[in-house]
Amino acid sequence: MSAVTGKAWVFGDEINSDVMAPGIYFKESVEVMASHCLEAVDPDFASNVQPGDIVVAGRAFGVGSAREQAALSFAHMKVGAILAKSYARIFYRNMLNFGVPALVFPEADEISAKDEVTVDAIAGTVENKTTGKSYSVSPIPEHLMEMISMGGLMPYLKKKIDAGELKTGAMPK
Amino acid sequence: MGETLIQKIMARASSKESVSPGEIVTCAVDLAMILDSGGPRKIWPRLEQLGVGVYDNEKVVVVADHFVPAADPQSAAILKLTRDFVKKFDIKHFYDMEGICHVLMAENGHLQPGMFCCGGDSHSTMGGAFGCYMAGFGAIEMSGVVVTGNIWSVVPETIKVDWSGTFGDGVAAKDIMLFLARELGMENAFKVVEYGGPTIREMSMMERMVLTNMAAELGAETGLIAPDEITLEAIRAGGTEPSEDALDWRSDDDATFCAEHSFDADTLAPQVAAPHKPSNSAPAEDYEKDKIHVDQAYIGACVGAKLTDLHMVASVLKGKQVKSGTRLMVAPSSKKIMTEAAADGTLATITEAGGMILPSGCGACAGLGAGIIADGEVCISSTNRNFQGRMGSNESLVYLGSPYTVAAAAVAGHIVDPRELLS
Ligand code: SF4
Repeated sequence: MSAVTGKAWVFGDEINSDVMAPGIYFKESVEVMASHCLEAVDPDFASNVQPGDIVVAGRAFGVGSAREQAALSFAHMKVGAILAKSYARIFYRNMLNFGVPALVFPEADEISAKDEVTVDAIAGTVENKTTGKSYSVSPIPEHLMEMISMGGLMPYLKKKIDAGELKTGAMPK
Repeated sequence: MGETLIQKIMARASSKESVSPGEIVTCAVDLAMILDSGGPRKIWPRLEQLGVGVYDNEKVVVVADHFVPAADPQSAAILKLTRDFVKKFDIKHFYDMEGICHVLMAENGHLQPGMFCCGGDSHSTMGGAFGCYMAGFGAIEMSGVVVTGNIWSVVPETIKVDWSGTFGDGVAAKDIMLFLARELGMENAFKVVEYGGPTIREMSMMERMVLTNMAAELGAETGLIAPDEITLEAIRAGGTEPSEDALDWRSDDDATFCAEHSFDADTLAPQVAAPHKPSNSAPAEDYEKDKIHVDQAYIGACVGAKLTDLHMVASVLKGKQVKSGTRLMVAPSSKKIMTEAAADGTLATITEAGGMILPSGCGACAGLGAGIIADGEVCISSTNRNFQGRMGSNESLVYLGSPYTVAAAAVAGHIVDPRELLS
């Protein structure tokens, strides 16, 4: 996992899981689900976000439900990283499990929509190329570094299982 | 030095002598609850991809509750897949249209003090009323749990919340939580909220479960209540013998808490949360001057349609009628509750007053089934969340209240302090 550079999409405080993944689209595919991501707060986001773009948010990002679709939508859109002042617990865990770095970023207010931002989750650096400001942030927790750099929980489990390092149940015939 | 209940639970689950807040541990999972919504349909393809099965078919519990009964072809397909999964992986505990998962864990003796449990739903915190760890995780993480039987956790700090005093008429556990969402906010992530004090000791398990359920609305990892005789009785009622050390699972007197709060139930008024978040709450009487018309009054969800909740509703409705122009819908939290409420006359009181009974399931709570609302409509609900679009349209408005308050709004046609209708 190397540094990513993209355009910033900026959101406020307490953006909840239900606006990231509205319940009424729950039965639909990831594509459909993602196309409605955050439509209640920013109708342009889902249709215009580009791979590598950076999502910037305020406090308690992802508050609410356990629905993995909230995190999966961002992974599906290939968002490069998330920078929020703080996270809701389940959403934070889901993001990392999908291999998208989510970093705690207290200075979120210093990034404006469309700023060009570079994030290096391993080194723990954020650079706002538009304003010229650089920041250091806490990198991803060490015990999760391997999993995230492999692309998330599934590739990580696959490798461990194939290497015989994990005890699991057997797939029934 | 003394230890908190969560430290003791995580020490046992991670096979350590003791653990401290902030420490990262790997815990063995005693129970993994997965649901139709984010369970088999998300997890099965991942098991196929990894070429493995479930770690323990006794410990993985499956519940079909979110899309029941099927209202469209997609729901029907999801439910069929869920049933096929249960057969294929020979799952021993499967609840198919029996009620809402969190209530079923309690009703069926699955939870014991000291256990370490994971659930694929954010309100899994409800299980903490039994003095066990039970918290919510996304389907991706539950996939890992179902495969390995393990999960990593950071040992949380504990916020202690004590209540003393007695509720006045028309006040319930739900009012405590709408009050606490305002007082403590929704940002207590990676912390545990442990409830205690004389008011909590007096509560039935069903009322205690409201407090732990809505620990999720405080953003907490989970809610906990130390076990007592009432807990043991509930375990026995679920058909399980409590473990011998059940009552030992409690925080030590000299344990360290990161915050301690004490509140008085004597002075607590019925609370209502305005759109679009549970922390946006105020005393119910503050809403009266605005005469907020209610299109729908909804009694439902894991948190708000247990037998005690239905009794509250009936106590308000007895001898009254739902206002014309307002609809009242009641979806009891489980089949067992439905049966009990039918037997003791509660359902008859509700239907005679003009209420409609819906099937047991998540239904309109998360905008998934019968009872969703349209653009511009106002709903007052006994559920736990009122995020924008939660119960249907993005342009609808959801208020949250206790079952008393929701029933009172159904009768008045607008939001009122329920105490006026009880006297
Ligand atoms: S009733 Fe509502 S809050 Fe409870 S599990 Fe179902 S969707 Fe979640």
